[in-house]
Amino acid sequence: MESQLVFNGDQAIAFSWKQIDPDVVAAYPITPQTIIVENFSDFVANGEVNSEYVCAESEHSAMSICIGAAAAGARVATATASAGLAFMWEVLYIASAMRLPIVMSVANRALSGPINIHCDHSDAMGARDSGWIQMFGENVQEAYDDSIMSFKIAEHMNVRLPVMNCIDGFIVTHSLEKFLPLDDAVVKKFIGDFKPVRPLLDLKNPTTMGPFSFTDYYFEHKYQLVEAMNKAMPVIKDTFKEYGKITGRHYDVAEGYRLDDADYVIMAMGSTAGTVKYVVDQLRAEGHKVGSLKLRLFRPFPAKEIARLLQGKKAVAVFDRAISIGSTGPVFPEVRSALFDVKDRPKIVNYVYGLGGRDVRPDELKDVFKNLMSGNVNELNFMGVRI
Amino acid sequence: MSEKRSKDLPTGAMIIEPGNAVKYETGSWRSKRPEVDKEKCTNCLTCWIYCPDNSIIVEEGKMKGFKYSHCKGCGICAVQCPAKCITMKEEGT
Repeated sequence: MESQLVFNGDQAIAFSWKQIDPDVVAAYPITPQTIIVENFSDFVANGEVNSEYVCAESEHSAMSICIGAAAAGARVATATASAGLAFMWEVLYIASAMRLPIVMSVANRALSGPINIHCDHSDAMGARDSGWIQMFGENVQEAYDDSIMSFKIAEHMNVRLPVMNCIDGFIVTHSLEKFLPLDDAVVKKFIGDFKPVRPLLDLKNPTTMGPFSFTDYYFEHKYQLVEAMNKAMPVIKDTFKEYGKITGRHYDVAEGYRLDDADYVIMAMGSTAGTVKYVVDQLRAEGHKVGSLKLRLFRPFPAKEIARLLQGKKAVAVFDRAISIGSTGPVFPEVRSALFDVKDRPKIVNYVYGLGGRDVRPDELKDVFKNLMSGNVNELNFMGVRI
Repeated sequence: MSEKRSKDLPTGAMIIEPGNAVKYETGSWRSKRPEVDKEKCTNCLTCWIYCPDNSIIVEEGKMKGFKYSHCKGCGICAVQCPAKCITMKEEGT
């Protein structure tokens, strides 16, 4: 194994791409993702990879180029954030509908307006219905690990869906952390050779991709995506297990921390899950039975696993770094729905927090636990906003 | 054809059999029907060149009529015909 490196999240992802050496990378730079494609274009310019790098004129074009390249039979990676992901919105659905295993790193950043460059999950949540697998990493190590695992998951013959691996903008993308990379050969062996399915360049087996699907077939084609997403869940778990065997880093779709005997739980995605663990340790030292649950996977949504982990708890605060204006945060209703039919279901409340990169302070999280314990909490709460 | 189940279809809506549009009859989409006046027709085959649905029947270099099984009634042939011998008639009349 290679020795420890100190990189930021973006550099770690670019480094993983260097090891994977995808056939095509098409991207448009946008903060806080830019470092990924900047670093990668250096690798291309220096001849350290064989990839064809296309600097597109927009994100809509970048994703369209990725789709064309993947349809032609290439292994493809790209990256974006915020408005860039929003600009891809239309073509995200084309990528999944055409069953193209494109891997995209998303540096989660607030959507305008007002224009803002800092972290929240509103960009990725806007893509939740697009048929992409969505993973969320907590730190630089997970940014690197998720990037590698994404290729394996996307390209699995039972799945063939695009994968978004999400990390918190600036908090992870621009923070230097120690992480353990794998040797190039280990990465290459783990993801294996790319196997295209009926590539357009295979002239012996001519294929039409992306045709019109009318009232008589659209529903059946959409249902295929439902089935593929169902099949993705065991593939993701197996990939985590296999990766754990070679790295010693054992991931799960939903990861509990001091959860077994906990009565009060905060559930979060991304970097906040790390801060919550820190607070859990502090409150445990004071004798409180608290724990946390980190959601690693948002699509497919691990409803059964969440129900199993949260069953019997007294109260759970679901943290959403996004809001559907006029309703609640997007994760909350799915968690409540997952627990609706469970015996001994906990009281489940929603905290919307950290929009536009608002700091997430340990003392605020402590107050949330205290509110859960006292019962002094609403169904929808806002942490850290001056009302 | 319309009875195939989701699991029996190629993934990703791919069409893996070249030239299968012949099996998908689009004639019922038509609201206007092209008709040719062979008295005026010069068999220049401009209609055959322009028809987007390959619905002009040609035999031994002569324009013989329309494949109504696939003609969508777009009217391009009538507009392009140099001899003005194709007219669009309301279907059902």
